[in-house]
Amino acid sequence: MHEYAITENIIKTVTEEAKKAGADKITKITLVIGDLSSIVDESVQMYFDIISKGTIAQEARLEFKRVSAEYRCISCGTLFTRRGSKYDCPECGGEGRLTDKGREFYIESIEVD
Amino acid sequence: MEIRIMKEIMEGNDKLAGENRKFFEDNNITAVNIMASPGAGKTSLIMNIIGILKDQKKISVIEGDIASSIDAEKIEKEGITALQINTGGGCHLDANVIKLSVEDLALQKDTLLFIENVGNLICPSAFDLGETLKMVIASVPEGHDKPFKYISMFEAADVIVLSKKDLLPYIDFDKEAFYKGIRAVNQKAPVFEISSKTGEGVKELVDWLVEG
Repeated sequence: MHEYAITENIIKTVTEEAKKAGADKITKITLVIGDLSSIVDESVQMYFDIISKGTIAQEARLEFKRVSAEYRCISCGTLFTRRGSKYDCPECGGEGRLTDKGREFYIESIEVD
Repeated sequence: MEIRIMKEIMEGNDKLAGENRKFFEDNNITAVNIMASPGAGKTSLIMNIIGILKDQKKISVIEGDIASSIDAEKIEKEGITALQINTGGGCHLDANVIKLSVEDLALQKDTLLFIENVGNLICPSAFDLGETLKMVIASVPEGHDKPFKYISMFEAADVIVLSKKDLLPYIDFDKEAFYKGIRAVNQKAPVFEISSKTGEGVKELVDWLVEG
């Protein structure tokens, strides 16, 4: 549900950046989103279609670059993404610990005309 | 033409959160952002802590709810200032609403401020309020699998509370699995097992809050 507030932030930032560059129209917005951010892409897209109306971003295409959360095994050091319901290492069954990967949540770039 | 931006999506919120954090630090206010699912016992725990600390500490409460002022009324009965925020459907509190609330409350120095977030294990974890501590409560009847499902919430916690421990004998709650799930995503947060009904464990949590 908080996608509404997040989408508002995205539109505010990209329109400011585009205006700074003297652009009249944003054609593409690239977002990098780690899986830990609890964001549903389709929901952002839905709010974007509504909120961007009348702004220079209204025809922009949204691209979502997803980053999976990565875990490191405390026994053998293997890096893995979680499968199923556990945090255990797929190689040796040891306990996984969350790394920094998966927390990304930023606007990478925009394309403008 | 492509323009590199590389800006955090939450930049606007994070900026205000930084202002709140500075205000709390400058005034020696301990702001505790309490996050949990609906019915986990957020208000009950706050009431219990108030019972223990109200004669020795200035306490204020910000109550975030979708609707109603039930929780703020309960707290005001204890003689504590409580400000009710109704988000009107909004699923979380953000840094701006906390900034406005803090101005409304005219907080004094050295206050212990509880911010009861909207009952929800997802959205509140995305919004930094500028709080001193994030407290996440999981209750026994919710089941031991919560740290496996709501990763960002448990990952963000500075302190984790397992509430309603008096119900452990009646519910299939696998404590070992619960702790294992927490350890995978958060190695720093202490875990306190409490019951607001019997009062068990609350004193230990209060000591940690006051001294830690």
